[in-house]
Amino acid sequence: MLSLLIYGTIQSVILAFYALGFSLAYGISGVANFAHGGLFILSGFIAWSFMNYFHLPWFLSVAISIVLTGMIGFVLYWGLLLRIRGIPLAEVVVTFAAGIAILEFLAWKGLYGFYYNLPVFVKGGIEIGSVAVDYQRLIVLGTGAVLAAFLWFFVHHTKIGLAFRGIAQNERTALSLGIESDWTGALSLALGSALAAVSAIMILPMGVMEATVGYEVLIYAVAVAIVGGLESILGMVIASFIIGFGQIAVARYVGSSWMVIVPLAAIAFILAIRPSGLLGKFKELEERV
Amino acid sequence: MAEAGLRYRKERLDRGIKARSDTIYVISSYREMLYLVLPRVLPVIGLLVLPLVLRGYWGKVLVYACMFGLLALSWDFLAACGMFSLGQALFFGVGSFFAGALNHYLHWPPILTLPIATLAGGVFCAALLAPVVRLKGIYFAMITLVVPLLFTRLVVATGVWGGSHGLSNLAPFTNEWIPIYLAVVAMLVVLFGFRRIMNEDYGLVLGAIRDDDRAVMSAGINIYWRKIQALFIAAVVGCFAGAFMTHQYQFVGPSVFALDYSILPLTAAALGGAGTFAGAVLGSIALVPLSEAMRALGGLRITFYCIVLIICIIGLPEGIFHFIQRKYQQFERLTEIG
Repeated sequence: MLSLLIYGTIQSVILAFYALGFSLAYGISGVANFAHGGLFILSGFIAWSFMNYFHLPWFLSVAISIVLTGMIGFVLYWGLLLRIRGIPLAEVVVTFAAGIAILEFLAWKGLYGFYYNLPVFVKGGIEIGSVAVDYQRLIVLGTGAVLAAFLWFFVHHTKIGLAFRGIAQNERTALSLGIESDWTGALSLALGSALAAVSAIMILPMGVMEATVGYEVLIYAVAVAIVGGLESILGMVIASFIIGFGQIAVARYVGSSWMVIVPLAAIAFILAIRPSGLLGKFKELEERV
Repeated sequence: MAEAGLRYRKERLDRGIKARSDTIYVISSYREMLYLVLPRVLPVIGLLVLPLVLRGYWGKVLVYACMFGLLALSWDFLAACGMFSLGQALFFGVGSFFAGALNHYLHWPPILTLPIATLAGGVFCAALLAPVVRLKGIYFAMITLVVPLLFTRLVVATGVWGGSHGLSNLAPFTNEWIPIYLAVVAMLVVLFGFRRIMNEDYGLVLGAIRDDDRAVMSAGINIYWRKIQALFIAAVVGCFAGAFMTHQYQFVGPSVFALDYSILPLTAAALGGAGTFAGAVLGSIALVPLSEAMRALGGLRITFYCIVLIICIIGLPEGIFHFIQRKYQQFERLTEIG
């Protein structure tokens, strides 16, 4: 029972990490960044390359990877998305295609198996009660909590964060108040991509770095975002806890092969009772239903 | 260039023959009649003659092109009704598994499994997606993206229908000519059928749902039921392609839910031009042989589709077919800005 609690929490935080950048970029710029999974794996690969080809220290490679991925997100917006801004479906297709292009290119380059691996921060683990937990998972827990709090503060209490939300709520009004929408949108995508890089660096050490993981990240990010409501950080956290605990419980009592059902069931259920997600508020009527 | 752009603008005018053949004057001369008939008849004759010319390997490529053409048509039909799918692989995979399971466990011949898998798959997909027809735009796209990916996991994880090994040794088509002509004729029937449907009152309602669903609702039409019907029509076409390919490959496995079957039809429709159905066919006939030629590149092919897709959407948003159509029906000239 205790292990269910601990591993459920950890799984939930991992899901929240997956969804963080995706949900944030959508919430503030209205661009559903389907390249999220691709950027996730790409950032892991960048960090790995810097560590293994250029023999940079871990900290430096990670910092470079986060910055580079953020810049890729910025370029993705400035170079591609800006030209098709305002056609939501074209935006989806372009980001989707960009993400798949990245993932399939990495898969073709041979990104699978145990050869590519990011190191854990601190080796070893401790026992809580009778459950063994390694330090990496505990660090993920702590970082997740800090990051969620930071983001909440960022979008509610800083000027640029408020500008982000203004654009998301009503672009024209925000424009008339002097918020530049192109710049803000590009920044938001850059921030979302950088968050994908942060979560990749936190989470990849616990598993393998494979191109197929990118698709998984995308599925979970979409599932969490839909269940929680696309623009609400709190909703996202709640949704990842629901899905995370659901998955661990199903894995324990039914069988681990049925874990994949949980996100789908959660999506179907939430769409049936509350199509805008648990805590989704604006854009409820005109866009979703 | 900027200077010229300031003083001149491009003006497009309908050709005289276009204006005449839009009206009753079309019956006035052979020229006008041919103007209308040739662009429709020539490709049909071409597609019916091609199987006689292409044998062996390239005959198979033609069959693939037709199947991807069907998937692209089904995508285009959904898009014409305002439902934007990122997961044509769902239809393809469901049709494949129905046909494969019927053939493998019950030993039914293709002549039975094809129609049954097509219809049952259509009903299944429509029922599966029925709860989400209330969603629009991105939200619908997200669901359709996730469902086939989850189905792959499900088949592999639970091991139903052969699990990750799939079902092999399925019954092939007996005659060499049956599959190739079945594919070509099916694609042509669906192409002209869809164009016809969208011109009927029924299609008018579907198109109106895309443009302004609230207006349709306020006209007292149940848009959700109409959307489910549209889903069924599109799913039937996609499932037919899946069931057909199952017998063509004599194999069905979780790979039928792979992204290829979602991204290639989408690319084909975007390249050819969405909204006309002919564009979807044109796109897949252009793309599939190209992708076969690049088979040696393996997984890099998907990267290639994606890059083509991005270039098409940003650089050539109207698509090839709209471009050709415009050149055929209109002429352009520079006029001075007064």
